[in-house]
Amino acid sequence: MVGSTPGRGDAGKGTGEGGGPRLGATVLEARDLSKIYDMGEVQVEALRSVDLDLYSGELTVLLGASGSGKSTLLNIVGGLDRPTSGTLHYGDWDLSEADDHELTLYRRRYVGFVFQLYNLIPSLTARENVSLVSEIARDPMRPEEALELVGLGDRLDHFPAQLSGGEQQRVAIARAVAKRPELMLCDEPTGALDVKTGKLVLAVLDQVNRETGTTTAIITHNVAIGGLGDRVIRMSSGEIAEVTVNHERSSLDEVEW
Amino acid sequence: MRIRALDRKMLRELWRLRGQLLSIGLVVATAVMMLVTMRGTFEALFEARAAYYRDYRLGDVWSTLEQAPESLRERIARIPGVAAVETRVTTFATLDLPWLDAPGQGLFVSVPEGRRAAVDDIHIREGRYVRAGRASEVVVSENFFLSNGLQVGDTIRAVLNGIRRDMRIVGSAISPAHSYAVPPGALYPDDERYGVFWMSREVLGPNLQADDAFNEVAVRLGRGASETAVIRELDRVLDPYGGLGAYGRPDQLSYKILNDELNQNRSMGTAFPLVFLGVAAFLLNLVLSRLIATQRTEIGALKAVGYTNREIGVHFLSYSVAAVGLGTLLGALGGVWAGDAMIDLYGVYFNFPALEHRLSWTLVAIGGGISLVAAVLGGGGAVRRAASLPPAEAMRPEPPDRFTPGWVERVGVGDMLSTSGRLILRNLERRPVRAMMSSLGVAFSVAILVIGMFMFDGMELMIDLQFEVAQREDLTVAFNRDLGDEVRYDLARMPGVTRVEPFHIVPVRLHAGHRERELAITGLEPDSRLRRIVSENRRIHPIPLEGLILSAILADRLGVAQGDTLGVEALTGLRRTERIAVADVVHDLMGISAYMSMDALRRLTREGPRATGAYLLTDGARLNEVNQELKQAPGVASVASPATMQASFETQLEDSLFIAIFFIVGFASIISVAIIYNGTRIALSERGRELASLRVLGFTRKEVSTLLFGEQAVITLFAIPVGWGIGYALAYLLLTSLNSETYRIPLVVSGQTYFWTAAITLAAAVASAMLVRRRLNRMDLIAVLKTRE
Repeated sequence: MVGSTPGRGDAGKGTGEGGGPRLGATVLEARDLSKIYDMGEVQVEALRSVDLDLYSGELTVLLGASGSGKSTLLNIVGGLDRPTSGTLHYGDWDLSEADDHELTLYRRRYVGFVFQLYNLIPSLTARENVSLVSEIARDPMRPEEALELVGLGDRLDHFPAQLSGGEQQRVAIARAVAKRPELMLCDEPTGALDVKTGKLVLAVLDQVNRETGTTTAIITHNVAIGGLGDRVIRMSSGEIAEVTVNHERSSLDEVEW
Repeated sequence: MRIRALDRKMLRELWRLRGQLLSIGLVVATAVMMLVTMRGTFEALFEARAAYYRDYRLGDVWSTLEQAPESLRERIARIPGVAAVETRVTTFATLDLPWLDAPGQGLFVSVPEGRRAAVDDIHIREGRYVRAGRASEVVVSENFFLSNGLQVGDTIRAVLNGIRRDMRIVGSAISPAHSYAVPPGALYPDDERYGVFWMSREVLGPNLQADDAFNEVAVRLGRGASETAVIRELDRVLDPYGGLGAYGRPDQLSYKILNDELNQNRSMGTAFPLVFLGVAAFLLNLVLSRLIATQRTEIGALKAVGYTNREIGVHFLSYSVAAVGLGTLLGALGGVWAGDAMIDLYGVYFNFPALEHRLSWTLVAIGGGISLVAAVLGGGGAVRRAASLPPAEAMRPEPPDRFTPGWVERVGVGDMLSTSGRLILRNLERRPVRAMMSSLGVAFSVAILVIGMFMFDGMELMIDLQFEVAQREDLTVAFNRDLGDEVRYDLARMPGVTRVEPFHIVPVRLHAGHRERELAITGLEPDSRLRRIVSENRRIHPIPLEGLILSAILADRLGVAQGDTLGVEALTGLRRTERIAVADVVHDLMGISAYMSMDALRRLTREGPRATGAYLLTDGARLNEVNQELKQAPGVASVASPATMQASFETQLEDSLFIAIFFIVGFASIISVAIIYNGTRIALSERGRELASLRVLGFTRKEVSTLLFGEQAVITLFAIPVGWGIGYALAYLLLTSLNSETYRIPLVVSGQTYFWTAAITLAAAVASAMLVRRRLNRMDLIAVLKTRE
């Protein structure tokens, strides 16, 4: 099987732009991760012996068809789920041994999520949805600042139902960014959006990654998006099939689907 | 102060769910209000009674006797354990009440002059106490005073010792020893024609042969004194003076009736609120767990962004706390209002001098506390279930349930159903436990309706048996004293009288092993047709030529059965004791009775044929004439009319029926609406997508409503017979704690009750459906399909 090794990752860093914190050390290290879902009569092996490293400041694109195991991998990496076997380290922290409370702390302190279906709280405004997270973070941005960052400075007091899909997803990004996470994990952030809106959202994610240097992983089934990442990890049937390093990250204008 | 985003969410969600939370809150309010009102009323009554008995010095032991000289008082006072003695003269007298067709009767009781009685004092309600040396002054029992519209200063005429006397009413009063004034031989008060009159001994005394004699004594016991020992000693002292047997409070009529009623009140005040609290707890658990289950994806999202299970738990428990808090508050407010109303109602009935209702915060706390525990358990379980899912899974919509044709379809019924019918059926079968729980919730509201209404069925049966089957006379005549049997011919000769059946009442003491009981045996003619002995199943028990017929409750208290023999000690005449067999036991519904044939009773007393009174049947048109005639007859002490009593009984019943129906129907409807409305609302949010898809596919609003409401309809229809069953069982439990020697309500539930309980529940279901229907009609199809709740 093909794994992504730190060496290869290191080799693939650096687009030359900005310098910044992009060229970083290993933030997260997964080894031999497996995940088996017990569906009663059948067992589904969603992940088979996956090794993965995420590097500080890097934008990684996880590419794969539906059912390839990419969401399972992201969920485990983000502390939303536990592997059946294998190890997962965030720095020195062994997350594969962590209990529910530790995983909660991990998510609370270090991880920002963006989901395909936004998962905003419908009864809270944009600003309040961001506050929801900034209030429990240690060194958060002001919600207004985070929303400004995603270009929603003028939609602060709108409820999710009053926002378009793209706007909702940008609120979700602001919510993830506001806590200044170490890791930004995005599961099909454009999956529910049209091309134009999707691009807008990707631009925001790209911008956040560049400006804040947050380690970012984006899941998508859209091959065209792969060009935006420093590294593209292609998944298939629960395994990592191929890792590509982009020496030059494409600009959004070049991306079409 | 800034409000945290999570708290903002809470406030908005509480507002969004206000209808559902309010309906749950109302169930809690109902339970708390029930507890505060009923239990609180009992406590208030209990305190008021204790104060009344203490302040007006109710006696502990009483005895009636032929007569004894006042000097005997000293000997009684020396009996060990006796703390205070009051002797008095009591006598019955005929009252001439010009405004009534029939004569009235008064129990005249002497009061000490120049001081208040040391035992059995009276409480003046209006006017004043009798003054020393004013022989013609009289204080009248309040119920008689009010029923006859009397005023202080009015004059009342009575025939005392054969002398017609005019007495001036100086006041009205109540007394703990005479709180329940029942004419001799009757089962219930007749306030218009029977009252208690307190006056100076100077007038009443000469009724007896010796001046300064007494014929009744009441004593109060010292601390730690033995009632049994004092009764035994008092009997020994009074025996030579014709003592009729001393008795303690448990055998004192007014005490016993009040005690029975308070105990019933306590049973009701405990049983009803417990049923309500239980149902409320069940509902809170059910509704909140479903409500929170619908928030599964939000719980997932909150967990994903880093909220801890504890923070999320506290957040969602706010639903429970809000509903219970609101309910407890409303319940306490309702309790203040209803408690005051109940006390006003009871105040008229029980007549305690100091009766007031105070809101008991302890009861509010108990009611609120039990509800809160139920709510936290119900809501907490759902939060735990949602929080225990990995957030990744919680955020995904629940996977489609695995549908399979259930057993109903497998047995072939499915083929008879339309597609909608099959969808309804499968939805019910998919979650059989939930469907059953919802059904059980509705069943409880049906059960509450049953226990609220069945009692009236029982009372109606009781009245019917008493007045239509047992008491068939037009008039009950009581004589001043026992007369010879030939009086029947005098009565029969009166124009308008068509049938006369004399009866003879003899006070006795029954002995069965170590148990004994004082009461009066009623002697009836063996072929008695006007007064019959009827059991609750309408069987008429013939009067045996030999032996006794006992009320089942009396046989039970004495520990005897049909065929056993009892020692029967006559307390009048020769005071003979004889062993007499129990010929029959009758499961009657009112009072505690012993009957014999008049001949058999005569063999016990060794007297000639005697009559204490007679039952009369009249030619209906001439009833008035007979009444007038009896009013003039010198030997007649009182004339009672069962029809009048029946009418007043029925009025009373109708009044309380109205109040009970108002409350019970209100409360049960709240429960029905709470469970059906919440069930439908939650089903709508759970299945909004599915229903919207159907609308998009071309289903009409009506068809979609059918799907949603069909499920609730099945749940409701299933609940009704189950509720009847639960109600019947609860009714049985309630009656075992309610039934007393005064009356025993039979366990009958009429078709009418079954009908109304079902009708009210269905109406509540339809009302809930209409509330949700509005929401269903407003459903934004595209929005529902695009987003996910």
